[in-house]
Amino acid sequence: MAKQISIFLENKAGRLAHVTRVLGDAGINIRALSIADTSDFGILRVIVNDPDKAYRTLREAEFTVSETEVIAVQVPDSPGGLASVLEQMAEENLNIEYLYAFIGSSGNDALVIFKVEDIEKARNSFKERGINFLEEQDLYRL
Amino acid sequence: MPREQLEKLQLRRLRETINRSYAFVPAYKEKMDLAGIKPDDINSLQDLKQLPFTTKQDLRDNYPFGLFALPMSEVVRIHSSSGTTGKPTVVGYSRKDVDTWAELMARALVSAGANRHSVIQNSYGYGLFTGGLGIHYGAEKIGASVIPASGGNTKRQVMLMQDFGTTVLTCTPSYSLQMFEVMEEMGIKASDLQLKAGVFGAEPWSENMRREIENKLEINAFDIYGLSEIIGPGVAIECPYRNGLHIAEDHFIAEIIDPITEEVLGDGQQGELVITSLTKEALPMIRYRTRDLTTLDREVCSCGRTHVRMRKVLGRSDDMVIIRGVNVFPSMVESVLLNIPGVEPHYLLIVDRKGNLDQLEVQVEISERIFSDEVKKLEEMGALITKELESALGIGVRVRLVEPKTIERSEGKAKRVIDKRNI
Repeated sequence: MAKQISIFLENKAGRLAHVTRVLGDAGINIRALSIADTSDFGILRVIVNDPDKAYRTLREAEFTVSETEVIAVQVPDSPGGLASVLEQMAEENLNIEYLYAFIGSSGNDALVIFKVEDIEKARNSFKERGINFLEEQDLYRL
Repeated sequence: MPREQLEKLQLRRLRETINRSYAFVPAYKEKMDLAGIKPDDINSLQDLKQLPFTTKQDLRDNYPFGLFALPMSEVVRIHSSSGTTGKPTVVGYSRKDVDTWAELMARALVSAGANRHSVIQNSYGYGLFTGGLGIHYGAEKIGASVIPASGGNTKRQVMLMQDFGTTVLTCTPSYSLQMFEVMEEMGIKASDLQLKAGVFGAEPWSENMRREIENKLEINAFDIYGLSEIIGPGVAIECPYRNGLHIAEDHFIAEIIDPITEEVLGDGQQGELVITSLTKEALPMIRYRTRDLTTLDREVCSCGRTHVRMRKVLGRSDDMVIIRGVNVFPSMVESVLLNIPGVEPHYLLIVDRKGNLDQLEVQVEISERIFSDEVKKLEEMGALITKELESALGIGVRVRLVEPKTIERSEGKAKRVIDKRNI
């Protein structure tokens, strides 16, 4: 399991630059990110090397922030690798809210961040089926 | 005071006011002559309704001192509006007027539970605005310890509140919530303070906002009413039953009129509040149209006061925006927002016209309690706010979630509406 930091951003010029600058100035490294956007606002989701510090720093800078539990799955970095994981998740009826790729990799595997409806169920299914995922500390250390 | 005795006093004071106004204020004489009324025609309180109204425009037309009934040598104080919407309106006070005002404010503060042991932090702006000095004199009159904090520098306000043991806070209701935000940032809890009551006014606020303030600051919040044209704060105040604001009827006569037909309406009917001053020397006001919408209730209050109660003001017709023919008050929006758990009352109405159609956008600041990392959930929240607003206002609304603290916090009167239509 891993902590993702989510940040509310209005669709206005410079907001994304501002939030990444705040993180940069605090010495926080962004390891993965995705943006969900609507016509009015966006939600920036990041995996960082120090989520607790990122959370505090962003709150102090008056951003609306939340911490969300996500799961970093090791996906074989070859054609059909992601498809195979997703097919198995479908078989297990694991509902995915969203997913995005990690920058960098873990050994021969690519890393994909999943937000699932039921994270405990996902962990158990992954363990049973031999799908590897990274524990929190290993992820931040990458 | 029993009503009968009160009405006798009112009639005597009314006749004095009319006589002096007719004799010393040319603009009043002209208006009465035009309406064909002489001071002697006023023989009962019912005759009041024959007299012409006075409006903000009359004050502007006679800028600055044209409606004063005393020579400037007798005027000891001048206050003025900021004049953001036109020429400022200027008001004057004789020494006795200043005393009357202090008496009214003293009553108001006592009604809210203050006494000589209270530490009153007055965070209304001191200066030309009547809020600061008006409350200050009343607070001193009851012998309380007054902190003339004035508006602004919110961190220092919170520090004063904590260090000086403030028991009563006086400011605009929106500013009290801003203070709470700053308290949270500073890590100070309501239980760290001695605060027991707040006397809030100068802008309309809803019952929901009262609950919000009371829960957050852990105090009793009292609504105070007044306007500089009449005397300033202290014209009316809530008693502990908080079932309407008692109007100081020994100094003012209140009427409710239909703002369009100008017909006097009965008790319980909603309309515009019209006030006549009974004791003002420097600037007597005859049937002043306040633009404030309310109703009157003459039932004797559980507190025993016989003075008529006006319902909490729904809005000033100046704040009201008419959108596609529907009257919309910011206080209605506020009320809806505060009923949705997690939503903060920081909002802004933006009215625009696309083609021939008015459009209302309501910007609502997102709080951590309603924020989610999922677009779906935020859109559901936006849709819920939209649905609630549309059902309360009866018009289509576009809700826009915005980042926290992006809507300007006002230290005086909150700005709730931006009207971009060029009508």
